[in-house]
Amino acid sequence: MAINFLYPDYEVVRNADRCIGCRVCERQCANEVHSYNPELDKMLSDETKCVNCHRCVTLCPTHALKIVKNDHTFKENANWSGKTIQEIYKQANTGGVLLSSMGNPEPYPVYFDKLLLNASQVTNPPIDPLREPMETRVFLGAKPAKVQRDANGELVNNLSPQISLSVPIMFSAMSYGSISYNAHASLARAAQELGILYNTGEGGLHEDFVKYGANTIVQVASGRFGVHKGYLESGAAIEIKMGQGAKPGIGGHLPGAKIVGDVAKTRMVPVGSDAISPAPHHDIYSIEDLRQLVYSLKEATGYKKPVIVKIAAVHNISAIASGIARSGADIIAIDGFRGGTGAAPTRIRDNVGIPIELALASVDKRLRDEGIRNNVSIVVGGSIRSSADMVKAIALGADAVYIGTAALLALGCHLCRSCQTGKCNWGIATQQPELVKRLNPELGYQRLVNLVTAWRHELMELMGGMGINSIESLRGNRLMLRGVGLTDRELEILGVKHAGE
Amino acid sequence: MIFSAKELGYEKLNEAVRNTAGEIEINDCFGERFVGCGAADKTITVNGTPGNAMGAYLNGATMIVNGNAQDAVGDTMNAGRIVIHGNAGDALGYAMRGGEIYVKGSAGYRAGIHMKEYMEKRPLIVIGGSTGSFLGEYLAGGMMIVLGLNTEEVPVGNFTGTGMHGGQIWIRSSSKPEKLPAQVCVEQADPQEILPYLANYAKLFGVSMETILDKPFYRLSPNAKNPYKRLYTVN
Repeated sequence: MAINFLYPDYEVVRNADRCIGCRVCERQCANEVHSYNPELDKMLSDETKCVNCHRCVTLCPTHALKIVKNDHTFKENANWSGKTIQEIYKQANTGGVLLSSMGNPEPYPVYFDKLLLNASQVTNPPIDPLREPMETRVFLGAKPAKVQRDANGELVNNLSPQISLSVPIMFSAMSYGSISYNAHASLARAAQELGILYNTGEGGLHEDFVKYGANTIVQVASGRFGVHKGYLESGAAIEIKMGQGAKPGIGGHLPGAKIVGDVAKTRMVPVGSDAISPAPHHDIYSIEDLRQLVYSLKEATGYKKPVIVKIAAVHNISAIASGIARSGADIIAIDGFRGGTGAAPTRIRDNVGIPIELALASVDKRLRDEGIRNNVSIVVGGSIRSSADMVKAIALGADAVYIGTAALLALGCHLCRSCQTGKCNWGIATQQPELVKRLNPELGYQRLVNLVTAWRHELMELMGGMGINSIESLRGNRLMLRGVGLTDRELEILGVKHAGE
Repeated sequence: MIFSAKELGYEKLNEAVRNTAGEIEINDCFGERFVGCGAADKTITVNGTPGNAMGAYLNGATMIVNGNAQDAVGDTMNAGRIVIHGNAGDALGYAMRGGEIYVKGSAGYRAGIHMKEYMEKRPLIVIGGSTGSFLGEYLAGGMMIVLGLNTEEVPVGNFTGTGMHGGQIWIRSSSKPEKLPAQVCVEQADPQEILPYLANYAKLFGVSMETILDKPFYRLSPNAKNPYKRLYTVN
């Protein structure tokens, strides 16, 4: 038998004094790390299977368990890290493309962490959101260039369809299939309660969630799974997915093993068959073709829904966005290179695309320079981790943000980055019924509502501190930002001054 | 109801079509786009040349084109029937999920890419002439039939069925289609099981069954429904 060169990444530390042998860990671990040996009357661990998801740790009634990073080490090497060596072993074992999940974890700069916000002192007063009104509602969609009047001087309503959000946050696209029924149920219900929108992703819309239509964005991706007229009409807006931050330039692939039961029914593909989303939409090879898809969707829905075009942040992003702003799209969604995914080739996730902060600043400036910024709203995602990131994004020019990973964390995700295995112990990125039921949508939706409500309060505090009482006055207000430790070039692209200037 | 496209432009024309039930006839059509987009329960006859994305998301309506059609006919079509008494452009029936399209003449590049089927929904495209390259790429379900009535050559272009993982492509040809991608199996087959569709074509366009059946048929099918299974290793 060939030698397996891979040594476990983690160590399961079980405190024998505390362990009562209740075997909860064994029952809870879908990866089958824990087992009971009756001869030894002892719990054993197979650490090769551990993904460090904390399910057992969290549920152990006596806190007898902890997972620690294995300190087993390769000979120190500043060039060949242990991770790089192990990846080579994995590929030599299997001949496979390395497949990862969730966002790019590599230590690239996080520009949000190098931007600081302003506050009022003396010359203009801060506003206390507890005693003064504070507007956090935003409307997404094309804004008319001018006021139009008819022959009698009456106002002509020339406003394109809009999305109304109580707070500039939406749950980003995660398909039913990549995440579970209960995860979708939580997102949909939370969106309704919060007065915001969630996004079906490209896996169609489960019939049980049609009732949340007013709070739903229905997505049309290259695979066109579950797309039909009724679906297009179910949502408040339609999103054309051209790209995803975690995997720009490639398509999607939901393995046949996850195409089970209602997932197959919702995607409208046979059980067990691979669901392939080709890399391009094969009917879109140009901005003109994109315009055709935008307008065919508008025609099919009677011009009642805003159309969003979602793209990954890549090198020529501002030129691409300029094209999209002229395509008839109402909203551009840009997904940065740290955006999450249920599965993406590791090399693509970790090496392709650009940071959302730079992409956003560049797109906003380009559209303003060209006088077409009001043709579209801009929504950004790709690692908005906190209300501070959101406020900075809005000050850089975003109308609203998409949150995906943060929403999953609220649902109990521990960011073990193993979604691609389909064995999510927290019932989120899995279709196994016994795992799915671990996520209670009743509690899940409440946690999402809590998260967004907390961020809304923080948004109001941060705005109030700056002396701003409306989100509209914050958008694109780069004077509220200063950079720290950034080069002149970076500051120029971000359009902000250095701290102290 | 009879409309003249010339006097309306595509937005008004399509609005009029949306708001009209029953039998609709469109005259002087000259490149107006999105005709019949998402239409159900009506019959639309187009005299002239409709523009791109005719019958996109079609949802049960019947469309008859007395002329040629342009690109993206029946894009993401769900149900209904489209009959074209001429040729069709590129990307015919992209991601089609149900219903049927009959083209008397030929179709351009990328016909039937990523068609798919689910239970009783099985899309069908029958093309009387030949097609360009990339026919039925990523095919996930449904059936395409290419008759090649206008040629003695194999009536399909390069890269036919690349990434195919479901469905069938039938090709009428004197010689076996060669140079097919690895994902595709090809065998000569008795057209018995597709006779009803061939008969429909014959009847719609006044071609005799003898003519249609005077050459052998080849059936292309995927060699696996999970072509990507062994591509990845968990990292």
